[in-house]
Amino acid sequence: MAQLIDRRPNAKNKSTINRQRFIRRYKKQIKKAISEQISERSITNVDSGESVSIPSRDITEPTFRNDKGGVREGIYPGNKEFTQGDRIKRPDDQGGGGGRRASDSGEGEDEFVFEISKDEYLDMLFDDLELPNLQKNQLRKMTKSKTVRAGFTSDGVPTNINIVRSLRSAMSRRIGMGAEPRRRLRELEAELEALRQEIGGDGKRCLELQQEVEALRARIRKIPFIDTFDLRFNNFVQRPEPTSQAVMFCLMDVSGSMDRETKDIAKRFYILLYLFLTRSYRDVDVVYIRHHTQAKEVDEEEFFYSRETGGTIVSSALELTRDIIAQRYPATDWNIYAAQASDGDNWNDDSPVCEQLLAKQLLPQLRYYAYVEITKRDHQGLWEHYTHLLDSHENFAMQHIREFEDIYPVFREFFRKHAQ
Amino acid sequence: MSEPISSGADWTFELIEEYHAEIAAIAEEFGLDTYPNQIELITAEQMLDAYASVGMPIGYSHWSFGKHFIRNEQQYRRGRMGLAYEIVINSNPCIAYLMEENTMMMQALVIAHASYGHNSFFKGNYLFQAWTDAEAIIDYLVFAKRYVAECEERYGIEEVENLLDSCHALQNHGVDRYKRPSPISMREEQRRLKEREAYLQSQVNDLWLKTVPQKVAETEEDTPANFPQEPEENILYFIEKNAPLLEPWQREVVRIVRKIGQYFYPQRQTQVMNEGWACFWHYHLLNELYDRGKVTDGFMLEFLQSHTNVVSQPEFDSEYFNGINPYALGYAMMTDIKRICVDPDDEDRKWFPDIAGSNWQQTLDFAMRNFKDESFVSQFLSPRLIREFKLFSILDDDQQNELEVTSIHNDAGYQTIRQVLSNQYNLSMNEPNIQVYNVDIRGDRTLTLRHVPHNNVPLADTRGEVLKHLKRLWGFNVKLESLNAEGKVKNTEECAA
Repeated sequence: MAQLIDRRPNAKNKSTINRQRFIRRYKKQIKKAISEQISERSITNVDSGESVSIPSRDITEPTFRNDKGGVREGIYPGNKEFTQGDRIKRPDDQGGGGGRRASDSGEGEDEFVFEISKDEYLDMLFDDLELPNLQKNQLRKMTKSKTVRAGFTSDGVPTNINIVRSLRSAMSRRIGMGAEPRRRLRELEAELEALRQEIGGDGKRCLELQQEVEALRARIRKIPFIDTFDLRFNNFVQRPEPTSQAVMFCLMDVSGSMDRETKDIAKRFYILLYLFLTRSYRDVDVVYIRHHTQAKEVDEEEFFYSRETGGTIVSSALELTRDIIAQRYPATDWNIYAAQASDGDNWNDDSPVCEQLLAKQLLPQLRYYAYVEITKRDHQGLWEHYTHLLDSHENFAMQHIREFEDIYPVFREFFRKHAQ
Repeated sequence: MSEPISSGADWTFELIEEYHAEIAAIAEEFGLDTYPNQIELITAEQMLDAYASVGMPIGYSHWSFGKHFIRNEQQYRRGRMGLAYEIVINSNPCIAYLMEENTMMMQALVIAHASYGHNSFFKGNYLFQAWTDAEAIIDYLVFAKRYVAECEERYGIEEVENLLDSCHALQNHGVDRYKRPSPISMREEQRRLKEREAYLQSQVNDLWLKTVPQKVAETEEDTPANFPQEPEENILYFIEKNAPLLEPWQREVVRIVRKIGQYFYPQRQTQVMNEGWACFWHYHLLNELYDRGKVTDGFMLEFLQSHTNVVSQPEFDSEYFNGINPYALGYAMMTDIKRICVDPDDEDRKWFPDIAGSNWQQTLDFAMRNFKDESFVSQFLSPRLIREFKLFSILDDDQQNELEVTSIHNDAGYQTIRQVLSNQYNLSMNEPNIQVYNVDIRGDRTLTLRHVPHNNVPLADTRGEVLKHLKRLWGFNVKLESLNAEGKVKNTEECAA
């Protein structure tokens, strides 16, 4: 007799270890692929994994094999019109038909494409950021209280009366208080009836009994239908809850001096910030504000890809941020983050204004404000003025990015500070 | 007549046991001799796992298995690939995996196909009997997995991984073709492990101690004989025994890869027969079930549909053509042998005087036990089948501009077609012939391989990479010489330090 074994419950993911080995071995290639793809990915798209493609020549397993060529004789099925001695043109390699069997190894494709899960993707992306550290230091979240039910109480305001509970306890009280008199009443009535049968109903004893019955009936009637004692009230308490919503303001200078590469660097920075926030908050809104001499709220597409020329007035974007916060994202309900990317250009007279705006109006409302200056030149007025803010404001940080490679370290620097 | 066992598509454990009992009874009547069966129900994901590790339930960990897993999973998810309905393992008891997605009909089909067809083939065929050890394979795999994991702990994952990469590159050249390997067993392996490690190392030391320092007066007669004396085709074996710089644990890992390669060697040589035998028997067993009224008409229709799919042979110009389908050829040949026994015509009597009109069960049993694909085709491929398949042979000579049709399905062609098809299944004609030819034991220890091309078929470009792997194992320079038709060295490729 055969043994029948149900293996379904156990030994799942037996190949996980082999899969991990694969990913471990090709980490370099996978990371390269991921960083190439990052610019094609929307900032807010972090829910899906990523399809990664790495060159298949990197992952072949070589063996000694016969190549095409030489003299071969092979058998094929399905002869239709051939007879012995026929000569036929050699078909192209890809032309189907008889010539296909040389490519039996199936290594035709140039790219090995596979999917990694969201977590694997994020881990790869955050790999250099030493994410474990970041995870330990959860972002501080603002708390907000929420009213929740907490059972029933016996006192409260009339609007909170729980009718069912109140009537139920009234009824049980009525039953409880009336039980003794009603039993006595039944006894007396029975006795009275017996007497009437016996002696006709007008003896002294009868009158007494009748009076007693009346008294009992009155007593039962007096039991109140509802009493303050019966009332039950729904109870509510206030419980503090961390808000799970955050809003992230992306501010970017789109004046003529910002080239494509600078914008790409900025985009990576924003993606990182977004990913980072989604690990702490359930809902993350993103507001894109671009500015040259005037600021404008735009969608992501326009934010990164449309070009404008003109001068630069940073304070216009800060003002717009302030206004949007006031209108849509009250600081009491939202965790507000802002990140500004710029090449450092600003109209000189505007920089002190920016400093004031940040210090007085924005920073008090924000969880964090990050300024990245992406430039290979020297710092200008804006950097100088922002530097003044560093000492007095813990939630303000600024960093200088020169190359792509600087993004991760800079990002780490930002949040090392912030997480403390 | 009796009631059908079941009528719906859903299976339950009780039903599987009932079907199995019926099939087992019929198989016994037909005289199929099998190992005890162990049937395991698995999910599609587990099936993908099993695929990745070449059907082995417990293999050591390696990234390449992960690669195959990922590739198969991708294709499966996108619907580009159906999964095999079963995987069966040549072990005692014989383990067959059934997928939970299968219908009841499919489970019965798989039981008949794997647990009785393949199982009896594993037990009966001479190649499997001589070259594999069904008793020990599972234990050996457990041993290998543990040993590799232990090495990873001791020497680091990367070190072990590199070694395995190199071994895998040569796995097909780690097979003894003519010499029966000693049987493997876990207890034995472990007992001998320590002993062998010490012994192997002493042997190697011996070789180099004796040979290396003896730089004394060289006379003509004293010119060192070739080492190895005879060319060695089992490259991994040569490495295991003679590579000067390998640590004992590395020799053991080489041995593990070699042993597992050896285990699969018979399977690669009996694909047509093995699948043909299994298809033949699932067809007969299930038809017998039907004749006895155990299954419904619906069951049979569903069965015939998948059976036909499995044993169909697309023609060479069809878009589905992917070489000769071993299921189709094997099934057709097995069925044809039965026909020749039961209902021979004049042609059969002329071509197969020995078996025409004989007892078909005995004849098939004989065929199953004593052949491999190559000899099976050259012995039993009948003219009638050649006509049915409309087989023709094509000569492809890269010196000619055109292909030549050398023979077709007519009187003149039968013998040639049989011979050519048989060669097609001859592994030694399809795998490059590469042997360890010499080691410069008195000089810089360069290892020389010789490639003898068959019919001028060149080696693929991957050879450079493989040489690098070989060099990693050998530890010194490695050379590959290719001979021309006259037996002279045509070109030499070197992988130097």
